[in-house]
Amino acid sequence: MLVTNLEIVPGKRIQKHYGLVQGSSVRAKHVGRDIMAGLKNVFGGELKGYTELLQESRQEATDRMIEQARAVGANAVLNVRFSTSSVTAGAAELFAYGTAVILE
Amino acid sequence: MLELITLIVLLALGYGFGRVAELRHYRSIQSREAQYRNLPAIATKFPDPSLRPRETNLVTGNVVISVDYFKRFLSQLRNIVGGRVKAYETLLDRARREAILRMKEDAHSQGASLIFNVKLETSSIYKGKGRAIGSVEVLAYGTAFMD
Repeated sequence: MLVTNLEIVPGKRIQKHYGLVQGSSVRAKHVGRDIMAGLKNVFGGELKGYTELLQESRQEATDRMIEQARAVGANAVLNVRFSTSSVTAGAAELFAYGTAVILE
Repeated sequence: MLELITLIVLLALGYGFGRVAELRHYRSIQSREAQYRNLPAIATKFPDPSLRPRETNLVTGNVVISVDYFKRFLSQLRNIVGGRVKAYETLLDRARREAILRMKEDAHSQGASLIFNVKLETSSIYKGKGRAIGSVEVLAYGTAFMD
């Protein structure tokens, strides 16, 4: 599965469009990470726990999107975008979407 | 009285550690930026059609970074009179450059020579006391060309 955020792939023609595919993942942080974040809010600096958490859930969202693309029979997802929104306090939704196509 | 002492201690800790952390971070950013100068990240949507990459791949880099207590305190004071909030400007600058660097590291490890259509996304993650924004997440992503 080719995943790209370009609208075209150089040297390859789009044979068929399947439309939008998407994947999302809502994650909450656990208490331990929250305490660490509280400390970091005093000292400043990177919140490694959060960085990893968001990376993992974004990967999961991407995987779900790819799964959906595979289910409709596509072999590539073009023009992929990511978006983040906080649903409630302490939980965030990571969302990935793109256009499923068949490339020759 | 005790509250005042706590506040002063927190401010001092935030000032001391925050300053050191920021200086160290900037130094690390500058040295790594020099290291990856030969791997350009471009915001162009349509790459030159004559380019024939062997492979393309989505590369990402993200970072969550927090402002220290002292700066948050300063920015709350700033809210009263208005104007530039320098403390947050450096926070966002550091976060963006760090995210781009991590994206470049990801691309470099896959043997890429160019990154196209770079997008940056910023979101606030942690709202501290009094809904003051404590930390931001920056995500950088793009399409890496391997040749």
